[in-house]
Amino acid sequence: MDIWQAVLITVITAATPLLIAALGELVVERAGVLNLGIEGMMAVGAACGFAAATLSGSSALGVLAAIAAGVALSAVFALLTLGLATNQVATGLALTIVGLGLSGLIGAGFVGTSREAIPAIRIPGLTELPGVGRLLFGQDPFVYLSLALAIAVLWFLGRSRAGLTLRSIGENHTSAHWLGLPVMQVRLLAILFGGGCAGLAGAYLSLVYTPFWSPGMTAGRGWIALALVVFASWKPLRVLFGAYLFGGATVLQLHAQAASLGFPSQVMSAFPYVATIVALVIMSAGRRKAAAAPGSLGTSFVPDR
Amino acid sequence: MRTLFKVAGAIAAGLATPAAAADKLKVGFIYVGPIGDFGYSYQHNQGRLAVEKALGDKVETTFLENVPEADSERSIEQLARTGHKLIFTTSFGFMEPTVKVAKKYPNVLFEHATGYKRDKNLATYSAKFHEGRYVQGVIAGKLTKSNTIGYVASFPIPEVVSGINAFMLGAQSVNPAIKVKIVWANTWFDPGKEADAAKALLDQGADIITQHTDSPAPLQQAEARGKLAFGQASDMIRFAPKATLTSIVDNWNDYYVARVKAALDGTWKSEDTWGGFAANMVNMAPFTNMPDDVKKLATDTEAAIKSGALNPFKCPVVDQDGKTVECKGGANLSDEQVLGMAFYVKGIDDKLPK
Repeated sequence: MDIWQAVLITVITAATPLLIAALGELVVERAGVLNLGIEGMMAVGAACGFAAATLSGSSALGVLAAIAAGVALSAVFALLTLGLATNQVATGLALTIVGLGLSGLIGAGFVGTSREAIPAIRIPGLTELPGVGRLLFGQDPFVYLSLALAIAVLWFLGRSRAGLTLRSIGENHTSAHWLGLPVMQVRLLAILFGGGCAGLAGAYLSLVYTPFWSPGMTAGRGWIALALVVFASWKPLRVLFGAYLFGGATVLQLHAQAASLGFPSQVMSAFPYVATIVALVIMSAGRRKAAAAPGSLGTSFVPDR
Repeated sequence: MRTLFKVAGAIAAGLATPAAAADKLKVGFIYVGPIGDFGYSYQHNQGRLAVEKALGDKVETTFLENVPEADSERSIEQLARTGHKLIFTTSFGFMEPTVKVAKKYPNVLFEHATGYKRDKNLATYSAKFHEGRYVQGVIAGKLTKSNTIGYVASFPIPEVVSGINAFMLGAQSVNPAIKVKIVWANTWFDPGKEADAAKALLDQGADIITQHTDSPAPLQQAEARGKLAFGQASDMIRFAPKATLTSIVDNWNDYYVARVKAALDGTWKSEDTWGGFAANMVNMAPFTNMPDDVKKLATDTEAAIKSGALNPFKCPVVDQDGKTVECKGGANLSDEQVLGMAFYVKGIDDKLPK
């Protein structure tokens, strides 16, 4: 296998959890809700996914359990922020703390156990193609799923009526409410979708990427996913691009080090955050200031009755 | 974040301690990673459990895990404030915060692992991990086919640098042509990134991976690709039964029990402890997945280091620019030279990050 294909395969695996989690958060934020709890939901997803897969012996059940765990945790967030109109930032941070703690508790019995990674797919004839076979036809199922998810989100937000409704609620929840749009229901569904994606991203970590469970194994990827949504200025295709850029930066700097090219590795480790700040500066310097963040992002909505 | 809760718990526990339990010596431990890392912090926690087991009727232990190095002062102080009389801070990055808190609480005893700053009430301790790395180097030098070893490193601190050098010297002792590729992950614990680092090294031709980070992820990558690797801090063979050659196993149990005993008897002194194979602070896990002759060589090397017949940093040591390093310890480099090591030995074709 030639080196470039190997590098690209690693880039894609590094980008996939970021992409899945960020797409979920993108939909949540486009509905006007800021959920800072991705890191916590990912951790719980990773723990539940690994626990369920180990106990049942089925990777598929593990993945489902991870999604369910993410959805359940985000339901708590929805209950608090939508039902009780609590501050979204504080609630999201609390969700991260709770999630990290809870994941440790769930995973405690599984520390030190290991299982086989969910295998990459294999299409006879295509996967063996030289140069690009492994890259295009030999990835694990999550990679294809994440790409399908990106296209689905792109279509949903840009082309579907429901997506338009969701976006208008995110832009101005009061007007949307007056127009008779179901603000609460749409936001609830968006939050649950975001939770499911975060759980799925967590499952990717503990079932494919590094198939074992350990507390803290998300190692800040939830925060990078959050940064990614801002970096992408709330656009699905840019999230896709950004995820591969962030993943690529991580992996390429490791390769540069292994080849002793003399790159300062600390600088590259900070790349996602620096890139996000630069993107923010560019966005706020540009003329389309208003076009960037959803108008109602992060504000609570209390319907008048 | 989780630490916050733990600290809050520790405070609550401190307030709620009934008078009867106040007679017990309270001993605190601060870990940089999760105790579930099955590596470095896990082994420290095994030491804490050994203390509980040996002296459970006289002591009460508390631990804070996942304490970020940059923000550890609060956690250390929290333990001091809640009546802990002996506090172990178990990572290099806790050094300055520990020094600060030790000054503030002269009646509390502190012990800092892998650092070099001491005070009246602050002792230091570490293990000669580099002895284990030398043995690993010998094994890798014998077994590599591509003559390229991949090294997943954490941070460029002396403990890690001396480990790389010892590994290289061990490898060169049996295979002068050997090359090592080093990747700094800039983290002690991030399984995903450690896995990516191992993949990068394997993709670039390494056929044996060794690591100075704490998760078993690099081992798993080697296993998945049918290559070989070494475990870190605890016996990690369960994560990679076909790839694991051996693991360096840290053993803090005896040390922690002895120091807590000393604190109980009033014989505790601020000193520096630095033990290796001979002091039973570093052990090698069983040698596996290698032919018998390599196994024998590894066993003999370990025994020679243990008896003192062999020192990994036997003079002359030549640095990567070809200069012979001044020999301050008689026949070997002095302890200070090893504990403050900031150069690569000859044969490492890379630049040490500053």
